[in-house]
Amino acid sequence: MQSMRFRAHAVALAMAWLAPAAALAHGFVGERFFPATILTDDPFVADEMSLPTFTVNPKGPDGSREIDLEADISKTLWPDIGITFSDQWEHLRPKGAPVATGFGTFDSELDWQFFKNAAHEATLMTGVNVSWAHTGRVQALGADDFTTVSPLLDFGKGFGDLPDSMPWLRPFAVTGNFSYDFPTKTESAGNPNPNNVNYGFAFEYSLPYLEQNVKDIGLRPPFSQMIPLVEVSYSTALNRGQGGQTIGTVQPGIIWSGQYFQIGAEAIIPATRQTGNGYGGLVQLHFYLDDIFPNSFGRPLFGSLP
Amino acid sequence: MKLVPAFAVLTTALSVEAAHAHAFLDHAVPAVGSTVATAPAQVQLFFTQGLEPAFSSATLADANGQPIATGAAVFDPQNKMEMILNLPKLPPGHYKVSWHALSVDTHRTEGSFSFDVQQ
Repeated sequence: MQSMRFRAHAVALAMAWLAPAAALAHGFVGERFFPATILTDDPFVADEMSLPTFTVNPKGPDGSREIDLEADISKTLWPDIGITFSDQWEHLRPKGAPVATGFGTFDSELDWQFFKNAAHEATLMTGVNVSWAHTGRVQALGADDFTTVSPLLDFGKGFGDLPDSMPWLRPFAVTGNFSYDFPTKTESAGNPNPNNVNYGFAFEYSLPYLEQNVKDIGLRPPFSQMIPLVEVSYSTALNRGQGGQTIGTVQPGIIWSGQYFQIGAEAIIPATRQTGNGYGGLVQLHFYLDDIFPNSFGRPLFGSLP
Repeated sequence: MKLVPAFAVLTTALSVEAAHAHAFLDHAVPAVGSTVATAPAQVQLFFTQGLEPAFSSATLADANGQPIATGAAVFDPQNKMEMILNLPKLPPGHYKVSWHALSVDTHRTEGSFSFDVQQ
């Protein structure tokens, strides 16, 4: 709660702040536009905000059902270095127990997008994510009572560089992320906190790329602005008696990308028995702050663009 | 919910700052990936945002990637969302148009597409 209040004030201050001009683009590498993916981290530093992401999770293995309302905001410090803060409000309905509500664990992430190749629509980003201890309801909602530090590596690759003989494959793109969890406590309330390796991918087919770069097949808005995608994300425990246990989801969906914001919707399918049962879904409203506030908040705090 | 104040601030700020955005190609004549029966005299590029003419351009290349001499891209002063590239007489073949755009709020975008001339 305290962190959300702080962030609301921080956003208010940031909106009022005016900076010298310098342009920046979210999610562009050469001719490729990558949308902000929902489940997996996308390989960009950007000025953007997801508000909200509304998720109805599949039932857990214990029969519980959780609904989340999440917000995150990303800010460029320099053109290739940025920070992200995120938190979520959770509504947990355990099987045979009273409903519990409150905030989950507060996350922050510092990223450096250190490689871009426009001709091959390729990019790499590294960074570190920190999930902070005691920033959510620990006992009622299972929020962390320990801090986790996770170095990460993200990539993005568009296939627009394929030859003209394969036109229908050129709109494809893949993004992915790998990270490794270092929890600061080995156990909490008798339960082990293992080191985890996390990995996820987003497979995208860009209809805007098809229309603008490959073949005008006559699509008009809103269809010409849609990017169907499938996201998958897994987390595998490596030690402390949990070795080999994997949780993960497969999430097919679609993102509509406009000039100032995008809207995404995905189904949530548990990929392992430990993840849960049945199906869930999510919707997200995501703002491109660099386009909405091109002369103020949507620019890096320091440095200038080439 | 403390998300509400942040959203209110965002929408208020939206209303006081004139917003522009990245310029995307809306459509082109000849159409992206099309085959035309006769050689076009020009390529028309229609964008989703107004462009800065001094920093926006387009070029044409043949099937071997060799540049074809054209005039500089021109703009209708009344419509900065349309870029025109006047062409020489093109023989039948495969051509690639490459464009670079700077929108009026200084966001850069680029793109390319091909078209074929039959005869």
